[in-house]
Amino acid sequence: MTKDLSTEATLENAGLSVEDQQLFSNARPRAYEPYPIKAVEDFANWARANSLWILAFGTGCCSIELRPLMTARFDASRFGVAGRPTPRQSSVFIIGGYVSVKTLKRIVRSYEQMQGPKFIIALGSCPANGGMYFDSYNTINQFDLYLPVDLYVTGCMPRPEALLGAILELQDDIKAGNCDGANRYIEHFDEYKANQKKVIKNWNMPDYNW
Amino acid sequence: MMSELLDRLVRDFAVTDITERPPAITTLKVSKENGERLIRELRDREGFTHLAFVACTDWIEDGLFRLIYMLHNYDSKQNLGVHIDIDRDNAEMTSIHTLWAQAWTYQRELREMYGINFPGSPRLEEDFCLEGWDDMPPMRRDFDTVKYSTERFGHREGRVSLEPRDHMQVQLYPTRGGDK
Repeated sequence: MTKDLSTEATLENAGLSVEDQQLFSNARPRAYEPYPIKAVEDFANWARANSLWILAFGTGCCSIELRPLMTARFDASRFGVAGRPTPRQSSVFIIGGYVSVKTLKRIVRSYEQMQGPKFIIALGSCPANGGMYFDSYNTINQFDLYLPVDLYVTGCMPRPEALLGAILELQDDIKAGNCDGANRYIEHFDEYKANQKKVIKNWNMPDYNW
Repeated sequence: MMSELLDRLVRDFAVTDITERPPAITTLKVSKENGERLIRELRDREGFTHLAFVACTDWIEDGLFRLIYMLHNYDSKQNLGVHIDIDRDNAEMTSIHTLWAQAWTYQRELREMYGINFPGSPRLEEDFCLEGWDDMPPMRRDFDTVKYSTERFGHREGRVSLEPRDHMQVQLYPTRGGDK
């Protein structure tokens, strides 16, 4: 179903200059609506679960664990996992460890540019509760205040086996239709955005990065 | 050769607190006024052509910042650390970006992390590591990083910290209640 765009509320994009506001979309993101026939949606979920493409964006030290994941010993390609160089082609964002405020800005930007359905795996202790950087002046303590997390993997740092287990778990969740992180982000968009802007002080990008 | 040089520096620049750490590190202290002149002399006349780093330590008890300029002489393989004490409340130092261009970067970092001003240094006011920082420079020792982190980033309920030694004693010797 299509919505009437003219009546829909738009984003302010107050962080951009007046000239730049002309260049970026100010439309609000819309939630993903599943196919009306359940069998079709289940089939789509099966396909999504078996082609998880990971964005090659290492945010912290846990992203070291992504490298052995793709090599011969653990070989995540068995499960349809592949690395992609651009957010436009990827469906899984693995938050590899601590997230500094500077990185968070890039993570938000990359995450919003990913095509839905999209999933976030938070790897390690730091995105969950700050980990060993809980008292740092530039790393955030609770990642799920800023972006929706579908699955946590705890540990400092987790072994590749744990990450592989997380991918299998994520596949099961997707097949069961439980992974609605991206929709949660759209539903609570204003809260997430307020939290993001509370820590990212130099907000010089659009409110939603289409 | 080094002792000759040091004698000359004491005479011309009134350097103090000379500490020799064999085989190759010597540190000395010089006043803020003579600092830039001394470093220029060392670079142009004495062969200390390489600036290894510029660092800073916060001596909050004494009310001063100590800048450390580490110079290296490729011919004699000697390192010379020049310590310069500056006032903590009015932190300002002569810029040495005309001597080494890479000093820009160090000075930008010191400006951001400690709030030290280097008049005339290029791009000093731009953000370096921190983006949109609006608080006290974070590497100053009176900056309360736990308080800042809790206020800005929150605190996850249920997070506990365990002392590894005590925790493992209880884990390994549970019947003895953690054998000490």
